[in-house]
Amino acid sequence: MSITSYNGSALVAMIGKNCFAIASDRRLGVNFQTIATDYQRIFQIHDRLYIGLSGLGTDVQTLYQRLKFRHKLYQLREERNMRPETFASLVSAMLYEKRFGPYFCEPIIAGLSEENVPFICTTDLIGAKQFSSDFVVSGTASESLYGACESMYKPDLEPEDLFEVISQALLSSVDRDCISGWGGIVYIVTPEQVITKTLKGRTD
Amino acid sequence: MGDSQYSFSLTTFSPSGKLVQIEYALMAVGAGQTSLGIKATNGVVIATEKKLPSILVDETSVQKIQKLTPNIGVVHSGMGPDSRVLIRKSRKQAQQYFRLYQEVIPLSQLVRETAAVMQEFTQSGGVRPFGVSLLVAGYDDNGPQLYQVDPSGSYFSWKASAIGKNVSNAKTFLEKRYTDDMELEDAVHTAILTLKEGFEGQISGKNIEIGIVGADRVFKVLTPAEVDDYLAEVE
Repeated sequence: MSITSYNGSALVAMIGKNCFAIASDRRLGVNFQTIATDYQRIFQIHDRLYIGLSGLGTDVQTLYQRLKFRHKLYQLREERNMRPETFASLVSAMLYEKRFGPYFCEPIIAGLSEENVPFICTTDLIGAKQFSSDFVVSGTASESLYGACESMYKPDLEPEDLFEVISQALLSSVDRDCISGWGGIVYIVTPEQVITKTLKGRTD
Repeated sequence: MGDSQYSFSLTTFSPSGKLVQIEYALMAVGAGQTSLGIKATNGVVIATEKKLPSILVDETSVQKIQKLTPNIGVVHSGMGPDSRVLIRKSRKQAQQYFRLYQEVIPLSQLVRETAAVMQEFTQSGGVRPFGVSLLVAGYDDNGPQLYQVDPSGSYFSWKASAIGKNVSNAKTFLEKRYTDDMELEDAVHTAILTLKEGFEGQISGKNIEIGIVGADRVFKVLTPAEVDDYLAEVE
C-alpha cells in the first residue's frame, strides 16, 4: 500500500460564475482505522486564495506551514498578495525542490484573481502543474470524484448551485472509497464573501 | 566572507561617523561619464555619454547601456568593470525570480536586490564598495519607473536624475525642463539636450548611448543611426 493512501483523503475544486468552490472530506485514518473526523486539509492563504493538500497528513501540515511562511514573506517584501497563478508556481517549485524525496501530497490550488476570474490548478507530488477550466480532484477518492464531477458539473453555476453540485459530488464519491469520508467541508469563494459549510455524511 | 580572522571589512567608521570608503566610491562615480534618466508618462529614457580614450578604439564594442530583463535596462557612471559584476548578479536574480514564480520580476524588487548586493559590499570582509551608481529604467504593472542606486546601497525612485560628471549642472537643467505630462519622445529630446549641455566636443550617435522603454514593455538600446535621427530632430 502506498504512503499517499496511508491516511486517506478526498479533495475537489470547481469553477463557477465569478466564483469557485473547494471541498474535502474530514477523515484522518491510519489505513482502515479512523483516528479523527475533523481533519483539516484545506487552508486559506489569503482572502481569495485557498490550497487543499491531499495525501499524507504529516506532510500536509509541514507543507502548509512552509507555504504560509513563504506567502507571508512575499507579502512583506512586495506589499501585495500573490496571484493564484504565482502561488501555483511557487508550490510547484517548492515540490520539485524535493524531487528525489518528495512530500507525499497532491495539492489543489484555487483562487480568485483581482479581476474576479476564478483559477483552479492541481499538481502531482513533485510539482507538475495541471490547469483546469472546470474542476480538479485529488486524493484517494480521486477516481470516483472524476466520475461524479464529470456527470454532475455544469459551467457558470451561481454560488448556491455550485455548492450543491460540489457537495453531492464529494459525498457520493467518498462512499465509494473506504478510507475517506465522514462528512466534508466546503468553501465557496465569491468576490464579496467566503461561505464555509460542513457536511454530514455516512459515519461508517 | 570571513574566510580568516584577517578578512575584516575595510569599510569602517571614521571617528566623525562617516564611512570614507563609501565617500571615495562616490568620488569615483562623480568622476565618471555623465548618465541621466527621465521618466515620461508613457515610458522611460536613459542616456549616457560614451567618451573613448582614443579614436582608435572600436566604439561598437563599448555598450554602456545594458538590458537586465526584456523590460528593464540599466546604465552606470563610474567604474565600468564594477558595473559588469552588478549586471551579472542582477540578471541572475531576475531569472531566479522568474524560475520561482513564472512571472517577470517587478522593477522595484530587482532594484532592491541589486541595492542589497551593493550594501553587502560595504560591510563584508575582503571586498570594497562598488565604484558605480546605477540608473535603472523599466516598465511593469506599476507603470514606467526610474531608479538610482548608489554605492552605499541606498536607492530612490526619480522622475528624472543624473549621475557622474556635471551632475549638478545636469540636474538643474532637468529641473528646468521636466514636466509631469512629458511623453517619451519629448523625454528623449530633453535627455539629448541635457547631455549636450555638459558635452565636450561634437555630439553624435557614436559618442552617446540612449535606451528607451515604452508602454510595449520592451527595453531597447538605440542604434547609432537611430540616435542620429533624434539628434537631427533637436537641432
